Amino acid sequence: MHMHPNVIYKKETPILLMKSRVGKFKGKSMSAILFIEQMLNGLQFGVMLFLMAAGLTLVFGVMGLINLAHGSLYMIGAFAAAAVAAATNSFLFALAASLAVAAIAGVLIEATIIRRLYKRDHLDQVLATFALILIFSEGTRWIFGSFPLFLDRPDYLAGTVALPFGIEYSLYRLTLIGVGLAIAVGLYLVIMKTRIGIRIRAGENDREMIGALGVDISMLYTLVFALGAALAGLAGALIGAIQSVQVGMGEPVLILAFVVIVIGGIGSIKGALIGAILVGLTDTLGRFLLPQFFSLFLENSTATSVGASLASMSIYILMAAVLLIRPKGLFGGA
Amino acid sequence: MKKEMYLNIGLMALMLVVPLVAWVSDEPFWITLATRAVIFAIAGIGLNFALGFGGLVSFGHAAFFGLGGYAMGILAYHAQTYTPVFEWPFLLEGSKSMLLIWLVAIVVSALAALAIGALSLRTTGVYFIMITLAFGQMFYYFSISWSTYGGEDGLPIYVRNEFPGLNTMDPIQYFAICYVVLTLILILVHRMSQSSFGMMLQAARQNEKRVQAVGQTPYSLYLVAFTISGAITGLAGALFADLNRFVSPTMFSWHVSGEIMIFVILGGVGRVFGPLAGAALYILLEHTLGGLSEYWHIYLGALLLGVVLFTRGGIYGLFAGREVAHD
Repeated sequence: MHMHPNVIYKKETPILLMKSRVGKFKGKSMSAILFIEQMLNGLQFGVMLFLMAAGLTLVFGVMGLINLAHGSLYMIGAFAAAAVAAATNSFLFALAASLAVAAIAGVLIEATIIRRLYKRDHLDQVLATFALILIFSEGTRWIFGSFPLFLDRPDYLAGTVALPFGIEYSLYRLTLIGVGLAIAVGLYLVIMKTRIGIRIRAGENDREMIGALGVDISMLYTLVFALGAALAGLAGALIGAIQSVQVGMGEPVLILAFVVIVIGGIGSIKGALIGAILVGLTDTLGRFLLPQFFSLFLENSTATSVGASLASMSIYILMAAVLLIRPKGLFGGA
Repeated sequence: MKKEMYLNIGLMALMLVVPLVAWVSDEPFWITLATRAVIFAIAGIGLNFALGFGGLVSFGHAAFFGLGGYAMGILAYHAQTYTPVFEWPFLLEGSKSMLLIWLVAIVVSALAALAIGALSLRTTGVYFIMITLAFGQMFYYFSISWSTYGGEDGLPIYVRNEFPGLNTMDPIQYFAICYVVLTLILILVHRMSQSSFGMMLQAARQNEKRVQAVGQTPYSLYLVAFTISGAITGLAGALFADLNRFVSPTMFSWHVSGEIMIFVILGGVGRVFGPLAGAALYILLEHTLGGLSEYWHIYLGALLLGVVLFTRGGIYGLFAGREVAHD
């Protein structure tokens, strides 16, 4: 900033000073609270991204498959939840439906189509699963129409809770953080401590060997795929309640989940969790902080537009930076 | 080899006859369809250069298609409003000259491909697919939030840009321009694929270690191929924007990357004329299936699934035998 030509700088200084002074008088704590709220939003976003990324990274780690249709399973979960919520008025039933329907859809496509792709090259996998997206998206539009469906969070999760330091935060979002972290811990325990987890890890290391040791490998593949599908469906339902349930909702999330697993290292659940939280925080805080940062030395409307543009690119810049240092992601050493 | 040659000639003739018949029988709609097919083919030829010859599965070629489009949009917009594009470090005025716009589109998308390639080529396999996809999305979101040039609404251009001696607003004349560009690009790509660079590139795809052993660096081969590939797709983007007289962030959408990839696969990976066959078939399907049902993407998806699962080598593989190894 001291590089600015004096004249221009002096002209703008009083305005800048005034603004920062107002900020200081009225609420130093105010902006701190806002900042913590944004941190929580970023964490919530990241945790939900983890639900998506976990399935993607497991499927890639175990079966070597790149699955673009993962976003469709997210969408299917959300639509199932919205339909069941409308019929039963129960949010818990809706969540159960999202898990079940997405898992069933996962098993169906795994058994009919995905299974044929494991031995193909990545190009074939990309195209076939891209074709699946076309079929799922148009099929959903055909059944449910083009208008968004309505799915609301339940009354008992509406409103806010009081956190320490006088922060009021949405109860529903706080629940999402809790649920997401609980699933992360659960998934970790399943993979590290149970027999099925041992098989999944063995599958990541050496597919042929565990087949030779008598594990029903195609059953294992179907199970892993269904698990990933169920998690994606659940994420779709949980997010559908704060955003809208519509065709194509899975695609932006899918691409973010790809960024997450590329940053974390493909195949690594730990990497997926850390990558997801990094991406969630970078995106949310970028949108919050960058416009403010640019308003320090640009006029307001320009600062907002430059800040917003850069914020929308921030996670991709993060990804490029990570890959520059570690081409296989943070935890993708193997 | 002979069969492939007949197919090439037949395709080029077909792409010429359809719009000419449409012109004589005064059906401009079919001329526009043919022009679209030709432009998509150029975009596909660009991708095929990286994908077919270099084995680089780029899922982000919409970035270059969109950059070409915006190069046209931004230059024409400034010419339309009589304002300079920028004044520093040098003065750049807007322009309605198609030739200049093409040059800018090629240079801008080549530079972007050089930068994206330099970063992405540090990775391989699935990482490469995803990082190119992510770079494409980066441009997509940037164009949405950049309000100067229309943001999400896009940027309309009222009159098609000018080409010396031609009336570009006449569909058949604009088709002729695109057809000539296609022909030139096909010749260029054919010659490049036969050159020592092209041979080395294809060798690198098949066996990197041997290419290194004879003293070449695969990384630089790939980077050059990726840059050329981006430049060709960028030119297609400028032509496409001029055809519609409109650019919008949808040109950067990852669906476009997927579609460009579909042209290449439908036609036959690694065949010089493959993307032309693929794009023509795609446009034909879009038109006929789109007439049958509003939800024609379901049929397209099913067809694509069938092609990937049960046939190898696309249209060219089907009709001209499998002479090109597809790995």
